[in-house]
Amino acid sequence: MQIYLPIAEVSVNGLGLLVIGAMVGLLSGLFGVGGGFILTPLLFFIGIPPTVAVASAANQIAGSSFSAFLAHMRRKTVDFRMGSVLLVGGLLGSFLGVRAFEILRSKGQFELVVSLLYVLMLGTVGGLMLVESVRTLRRAKDPNAALVRRKRHTWAHGLPLKMRFHTSKLYVSAIPPFVIGLVVGVLAAIMGVGGGFIMVPAMIYLIGMPTKVVVGTSVFQFLFVTAFTAILHSLQSGSVDVLLAVILLVGGVIGAQVGVALAARLRAEQLRILLALLVIGVCLKLALDLVLTPDDLYSLTSP
Amino acid sequence: MLRLLALLFLCLAVPALAEETVVTGISTDKIALNANFNGSELFVFGAIRRDGPIPTDAGPLDVVITIKGPPRQVTVRRKSRVLGIWVNTASLKVRQAPSFYAIASTRPVAELLDETDRLRYGIGMDEAVRRVAGSDTIEDSAPFTAAVIRLRTESGSYAELDRSVVLSEDTLFQTRIDMPSNLVEGDYAAQFFLVRQGKVLSTAETTILVEKTGIERWIYNLSRQQPLLYGVLAVLVAFAAGWLAAEAFRLAKR
Repeated sequence: MQIYLPIAEVSVNGLGLLVIGAMVGLLSGLFGVGGGFILTPLLFFIGIPPTVAVASAANQIAGSSFSAFLAHMRRKTVDFRMGSVLLVGGLLGSFLGVRAFEILRSKGQFELVVSLLYVLMLGTVGGLMLVESVRTLRRAKDPNAALVRRKRHTWAHGLPLKMRFHTSKLYVSAIPPFVIGLVVGVLAAIMGVGGGFIMVPAMIYLIGMPTKVVVGTSVFQFLFVTAFTAILHSLQSGSVDVLLAVILLVGGVIGAQVGVALAARLRAEQLRILLALLVIGVCLKLALDLVLTPDDLYSLTSP
Repeated sequence: MLRLLALLFLCLAVPALAEETVVTGISTDKIALNANFNGSELFVFGAIRRDGPIPTDAGPLDVVITIKGPPRQVTVRRKSRVLGIWVNTASLKVRQAPSFYAIASTRPVAELLDETDRLRYGIGMDEAVRRVAGSDTIEDSAPFTAAVIRLRTESGSYAELDRSVVLSEDTLFQTRIDMPSNLVEGDYAAQFFLVRQGKVLSTAETTILVEKTGIERWIYNLSRQQPLLYGVLAVLVAFAAGWLAAEAFRLAKR
């Protein structure tokens, strides 16, 4: 079934899109990662213009964060105070990111920059995951090497502007969460990712936030930052394709359910290696596209 | 496949004797296209009206039909290798290039008319994609304008349809022209040329207002005319879709 996407101005296979959404949902169901980092490159591969792919992915993440946020709120695993600090940084970051997006787009360099960023990010994340999973597999055989303790005090605790976060049981400077939020906001605007792969580890290891509230608090931030980003993109470049986002969302929800069910049956470490290989595969494909001679050296853009 | 036929009726009055005048009659001047996945097909037909008998010794009669979409600015970029990576390094702004251009004819236009006549009547893609803005990154604009024609031909926005016009009994002619789904709305100029022995005997011109219909079009127009409202709606729709899909699944599980 072919579907004409009004903003992307391309016809794509609707079922294929649903499958991509489901794949991303499957990842989030299996691993608890957002999957935006794999969604946007897959959209590039099926021929969605990069600007539309990024902006629509932000819109899709806003949609999928909404129901996730409701679930976390019911479970009371959201630190709103911490979330607000992250959010203030995130909104500023998103604003700056959309600016950068627009400048790069008008210079014709957006596709290049976003591809390079993805190669860098997917390469790092995929590599780390692979190393980590292999290590976990080994550690499973050696019972003594198990526990890694969460550090209670890091350099982040020595900074000024301290705030008390009751839900997280923390008394830390507001600067690190603000900066983390900012970075994630920029990434949301330029790459169309939620940023969980940066925010979650940073909050746990840098700030020492309890793992229990980290995900819910991050989702709270993603929800508003990606929604804000989608609105800014609509205003600046009109590149949000709502039809694309909705199809991906529906596929995503189906995939997430399947993922959760599968995760219960499969071995986590092996799955993690699979995910790492997938991430590295996408990274290599993007890198090849940058290096190999394109079919046509010329390209057209209409304002 | 949804196929919307747009009817263009045209009468070219060609008197048998020296003085030739054109009379046109068009039944439809507004086309609503439902932009589906593989675009739409434009059906163009017409007739040649003459007061006298068909001249027998005058050589074959040919018809050329051109359809030009509203002109738009387009930026052409060329990649070159920088540190092993392909980067857009040169660009050219073409100030006015037709967003759509189809040339349909009974025989290749180059066989019918010489270059002077093609230039005079504005038939040909090179002619259409010529007005370029100055650029300081390139010296020769020719490969860039050629790229516009090549890329647009590949995407179906430009088409040279030699021998696609069927002329029967030297009187009735018809052709079908494929329109891509990412069509620009606006006034499309349809021009008709009646050619015999390398001479344009008569011309006719008409404009067709092309409008797209359907939900896709509504979405596109909203995003361009009310970007803030569109953005807010896009987010709310995404919230609703994500939430509804999740709730539906939760219900289905029980």
